[in-house]
Amino acid sequence: MSRKLLLDKAHIAGIETFEVYRKEGGYRAAEKALKSMTPDEITEEVKKSGLRGRGGAGFPTGMKWSFLAKPEGVPRYLVCNADESEPGTFKDRFLMEKIPHLLVEGLIVSSFALGANTAYIYIRGEYAWIVHILEKAIAEAKNNGFLGKNILGTGFDLEIYVQRGAGAYICGEETALLESLEGKRGNPRIKPPFPAVKGLYDCPTVVNNVESIAASVPIINMTGDEYAKIGLGRSTGTKLISASGNINKPGVYEIVLGLSVEEFLMSDEYCGGMKNGKKLKACVPGGSSVPILPHDLLFKTANGETRLMTYESLSDGGFATGSMLGSGGFIVYDEDQCIVENTYNFTRFYRHESCGQCSPCREGTGWMEKLLWRLENGQGKIEDIDLLWDIQRKIEGNTICPLGDAASWPVAAAIRHFREEFEWHVTHPKEAMERNYGLRKNIYVAPTPAGA
Amino acid sequence: MAKVTIDGHLMDVPDGTTILNAARMMAEQHPELSANVPPAMCYYSKLEGSGGKCRTCLVQVTKGSEKDPRPMPKLVASCRTTVMDGMEVQNKLSAQVQDARKGVVEFLLLNHPLDCPVCDQAGECHLQDLGYEHGSQNTRYEFKRRTFEVEDIGDKVKLHMNRCILCYRCVFTANQITEGRVHGIINRGDHAEISTYIHQSIDNDFSGNVIDVCPVGALTDKTFRFKSRVWNTNPYNAHRECTNPKCKGHVVLWMAGNDILRVTARKDQWGEVESFICNECRFDKKSLGDWIVEGPRKIDRHSVISGGHYNSLSDKKVLTKSTTFAVMEGSRKD
Repeated sequence: MSRKLLLDKAHIAGIETFEVYRKEGGYRAAEKALKSMTPDEITEEVKKSGLRGRGGAGFPTGMKWSFLAKPEGVPRYLVCNADESEPGTFKDRFLMEKIPHLLVEGLIVSSFALGANTAYIYIRGEYAWIVHILEKAIAEAKNNGFLGKNILGTGFDLEIYVQRGAGAYICGEETALLESLEGKRGNPRIKPPFPAVKGLYDCPTVVNNVESIAASVPIINMTGDEYAKIGLGRSTGTKLISASGNINKPGVYEIVLGLSVEEFLMSDEYCGGMKNGKKLKACVPGGSSVPILPHDLLFKTANGETRLMTYESLSDGGFATGSMLGSGGFIVYDEDQCIVENTYNFTRFYRHESCGQCSPCREGTGWMEKLLWRLENGQGKIEDIDLLWDIQRKIEGNTICPLGDAASWPVAAAIRHFREEFEWHVTHPKEAMERNYGLRKNIYVAPTPAGA
Repeated sequence: MAKVTIDGHLMDVPDGTTILNAARMMAEQHPELSANVPPAMCYYSKLEGSGGKCRTCLVQVTKGSEKDPRPMPKLVASCRTTVMDGMEVQNKLSAQVQDARKGVVEFLLLNHPLDCPVCDQAGECHLQDLGYEHGSQNTRYEFKRRTFEVEDIGDKVKLHMNRCILCYRCVFTANQITEGRVHGIINRGDHAEISTYIHQSIDNDFSGNVIDVCPVGALTDKTFRFKSRVWNTNPYNAHRECTNPKCKGHVVLWMAGNDILRVTARKDQWGEVESFICNECRFDKKSLGDWIVEGPRKIDRHSVISGGHYNSLSDKKVLTKSTTFAVMEGSRKD
């Protein structure tokens, strides 16, 4: 089942240099695309491949490309979102560090498809050293005629610029990213207009995740139809998963979508099972924003079906009993971890990263953090749990950008599945300061009532 | 033209109108529909780019348009959503909207100091109106409120950041009508604040307008500070020949006897400035001889000043008009 399309050559020594990457068959997709395909054909291939955005939302990439407005005489931009800041997600970092030319090649292919002559890589500020790796790769590609004017004699011009962010999670939201790239405060824009119509410098823009852009290379090499055969159903291709937490082998894994969660977590090929033989308590399968899943809903869905690493299977059961694939930040918790503390930690992050533009997120995240701190530190009241539920409900869906949702979902899911642990923190404040609750007592029957 | 239905009332509005403005147009034609207009704390029709931030104007779109009748999945900000032909919108009728709005009001008041008794804005504060209409009696917040130091930004404007709801109106005002903006938002999340760049002072001909656009008492007029409650002053329309080419000199004088305590721009039914005025008119012309007084100004929206807001109550015979005045003047005996 295992097959690698992105990281298959990542282990080769010197793959970060142009010579080795080229010798290993690199830039074949760029040559093929520029010399023998039209932009529309490339977009068509990407559509056929069924590639879905790897940044978290899972929107079909080909469809996003075809929405790009193409007015005469207006430049179009491709922006690569490398502002990877979701707690638990570190896949783009690995890809850019190890095999930067794959991203450069992907940018050439995608820019050609979109008719963009300028592409930007907006990279997370904390990834300072990766900027140098990327800039070196870009310079090498340029020296070898794959960037700059008249690439490979096809008349297509492309320049790639790397821009460092200044350390804000919110700048991973595409419109905030564009604002930041323009040199402004990174506040998300109010949509519509969408970036495909009015994006960077008011020009049509496509913003794609690093992994989505990189995936265009294997798609062109093997054709979209072939790519679509990999994976399962509407979750095609391979996906990079950042595995972390109490597992034996944390790291970045490329999996074929459709792998079962149990195999991913337990097999030696991937996570290698729980560390120190502890019991599994819970798992956040897609980065900190997605709902947490308790152990009894992780391997099997509420209907008793095997839970698979696909967009559909992970979200089976909706938020009541499911979660999301998100950006693939697979965080595993063993029986010694405290869900209240974990929820507090996530909420603290969202409070810190809220841009402060719209009221529910600005005020609500701070309020939730204070309540969770109180619960975690044995000073909570039983009403606080219902209050938290009510606050997250009033934030979710009422904000400008998805950060409000991302802040609400982990709180909602933690209360939904681990309410008894929250209650225990209130009823046993002293004990809660000294030890953790452990596994939840009642095995899944139906979701615990969420409260008023 | 597009046909839009808001809370069951149908109207034709020009293409490109936002839901909020469509509701306002309806209310202008049929004053009895004023209560159906979603409240707006950050949107300001005169300021380009404003709106979408406070989320008080959220409404539910139950039918997208004639062509695509699907409802919109989430509540939308009516100030930034344009109407489509055949769109059906629920504001007052939707329990979901009312619930969300109540939530937003609670969020806005969470860190607000509620220092209305000492706030110069009290009586003409949009947050007071909003809290009165949509808020709860008690807060569920049990933590220390976020506080900032009171700051002078320029010699005429006081900034009480504690009261600010971060509507960004003053930022847009400075962008749009002054030569160069020297203030903006620094920090993020619940620590975001309005500030000048390293305590630079705001100094230009139109800076005083940030006071008028501020929906709360965050930006107040230092020349009027603590002089009087607004409802104890009498508003008069007045004008003068202003030498500043961008200022028309059409103002409201807030008088106590023959003293001009405060000068502001004229505001329309929605609490928005009709035309921006210069700082000379606002701060320096405080003698009656500077102005040609046109006559008393009718204040519609702000209840405490004219008592107009309680009309609906008196209609329902809860309070008669005379008892309302008696209560306000403190002469009611029972």
